[in-house]
Amino acid sequence: MTVESTAARKPRRSGTKRPAGAASAAKPAAATAKTHDAEPQLVQLLTPEGVRVDVAENPDVAEFAPFVADITTDDLRGLYRDMVMTRRFDGEATALQRQGELGLWASLLGQEAAQIGSGRALRDDDYVFPTYREHGVAWCRGVDPTNLLGMFRGVNHGGWDPTTNNFHLYTIVIGSQTLHATGYAMGVAKDGADSAVIAYFGDGASSQGDVAEAFTFSAVYNSPVVFFCQNNQWAISEPTERQMRVPLYQRAQGFGFPGVRVDGNDVLACLAVTRWALERARRGEGPTLVEAFTYRMGAHTTSDDPTKYRRDEETAAWEAKDPILRLKAHLLATGGADEAYFAELEVESEALGKRVREVVRSMPDPDTMAIFENVYADGHALVDEERAQFAAYLASFEGGE
Amino acid sequence: MAVQKLTIAKALNDSLRKALEEDPKVLIMGEDVGKLGGVFRITDGLQKDFGEERVIDTPLAESGIVGTAIGLALRGYRPVVEIQFDGFVFPAYDQIVTQLAKMHARSLGKIKMPVVIRIPYAGGIGAVEHHSESPETLFAHVPGLKVVSPSNASDAYWMLQQAILSDDPVIFFEPKRRYWDKGEVDVEAIPDALHASRVARAGTDITLAAYGPMVKVCLEAAAAAAEEGKSVEVLDLRSMSPVDFDGIQASVEKTRRLVVVHEAPVFLGVGSEIAARITERCFYHLEAPVLRVGGYHAPYPPARLEDEYLPGLDRVLDAVDRSLAY
Repeated sequence: MTVESTAARKPRRSGTKRPAGAASAAKPAAATAKTHDAEPQLVQLLTPEGVRVDVAENPDVAEFAPFVADITTDDLRGLYRDMVMTRRFDGEATALQRQGELGLWASLLGQEAAQIGSGRALRDDDYVFPTYREHGVAWCRGVDPTNLLGMFRGVNHGGWDPTTNNFHLYTIVIGSQTLHATGYAMGVAKDGADSAVIAYFGDGASSQGDVAEAFTFSAVYNSPVVFFCQNNQWAISEPTERQMRVPLYQRAQGFGFPGVRVDGNDVLACLAVTRWALERARRGEGPTLVEAFTYRMGAHTTSDDPTKYRRDEETAAWEAKDPILRLKAHLLATGGADEAYFAELEVESEALGKRVREVVRSMPDPDTMAIFENVYADGHALVDEERAQFAAYLASFEGGE
Repeated sequence: MAVQKLTIAKALNDSLRKALEEDPKVLIMGEDVGKLGGVFRITDGLQKDFGEERVIDTPLAESGIVGTAIGLALRGYRPVVEIQFDGFVFPAYDQIVTQLAKMHARSLGKIKMPVVIRIPYAGGIGAVEHHSESPETLFAHVPGLKVVSPSNASDAYWMLQQAILSDDPVIFFEPKRRYWDKGEVDVEAIPDALHASRVARAGTDITLAAYGPMVKVCLEAAAAAAEEGKSVEVLDLRSMSPVDFDGIQASVEKTRRLVVVHEAPVFLGVGSEIAARITERCFYHLEAPVLRVGGYHAPYPPARLEDEYLPGLDRVLDAVDRSLAY
């Protein structure tokens, strides 16, 4: 599918740039949810039953719907494939962790629409700053999924060249990468480029000072960055009630840029809203906060046990909103795809699972001396000394015993 | 004229100006660095000449300053960040330690992090709490960071440019109580290597190793000791990560005695590491254990007590006497 937006692009320095404060003119109608306890008002284009939302009857989404007006049936199938493949990959990684092949895995189960929708909104020259769960976004960026597993297997701390796909390394410390994204976006603006930057983080990260500082810096410098928060309702065992007292997307208002809450299980709405936000960034209108309201169906990582901290009924309620099933229902109902298509995709996803399995199991441990590699770009006397000592120590075993 | 007599502050200012002139990717960032020129005026006049896009006044958020500098470095810029005072670096410590220091290694060398973090540090100016600390050990302990401190105007001028040219993150500690000390700067010289120590005064009886603000104290101590017929060598370490152990070893093999002097607390400080390594390297050369003179394991005291806390001439000379008594 195309990742080009329907909206016309203007040079960032065109003089049409609006001051940061004026950006609120683009404030979406969705930003009217009244209280935290109320049913969240979401930008939604595809209902959980797989029915396209009638824009005429739902003026709240009118601003965003045009951003997916170009999406064809082929494109929908593409989005569907992305989600299926990502889920299959994620499931395989979870299984590999259970089999002892990975030390840890952070599953994205349930968040496929948020990641694929936003990931497919990006252009090649945009830059992505992920957390450690953005396997679907990585898929959209063309990062080989097996490269994501190196750090979870313990053979490296990254495993891909960030500059190849404009997809930064996973960041483990919660929220740190939002500042990197903001700084990168400041650089984009300085360069006069019209690309945009997107920073992913979770509802728990929104409590971190770094995220607040990223909001401050991006607002002050009017940086072309989209903050894409996947509110999956749980920060390990802490519910959103332990992170915030007002809906998350409303926080943007206090920093002087728009926030919008989108149905994070609706891939079409996520695509539309992210394109809208990216276009704002490209036009020089500064940052946007997108809160993708979604749910982490599995554990935070394979280390925790969600049955200890959340109710089965809650999980069951979210199962009914499954992002993949709703698009499948839509494709079936509209004749966009038939059972043969889905069966074909099943075969393809199984092949991916098999490949992931094989690659992980054959992943070589790094060379021992790699401990001392790339600590410094310009070299460091202490590292050199310790490398030599360690090499001599290892060599002392040769021919011994 | 190639040789100028400059204060350390002016030498740093000239150095930043030269870096801005020579590389359009160099940026200055920090609180009050623009119109005010920094609280110590180290960036004085730079925004006026290079504009707000290159000399950037930031929000008052240290983690934000360093975190965005990392992002700018990822985009190809070379940010030179000013942290206003030593004690204010800690809100940014997370970004420095968990992100900045490790980016090169975890990207398997694909990413370079040419970020300089300038920190006016150490005491002696009668300041309030958090304005007089010496946290260099906390950074020297972190793999991936380089940590340096000039003690004079020439080093201030050259070491800052070398730090900016480095593809590694450099924590650049500026001895704030020496900002107004003058010294000769040869702007056409070929400078010493950034991490090489320098013999500030040659001697044969004992070595005093120091860096930053304590170099001057050690030179004064050496002059005083000379009046008593003692020949004291003063080594300006200049770099705390890496430490020039070869330079220290060469001096100790000559003098056979070593005292390490710094303002930071002695416990687990740079002096501890030097004492341990020099003991390993020079065990048979040493006539006395390596001694350390420095701060105490106590919070930096109120200004009225800092003269008691900071190593002064007498404490250094006392250590010299103790070493020579072995």
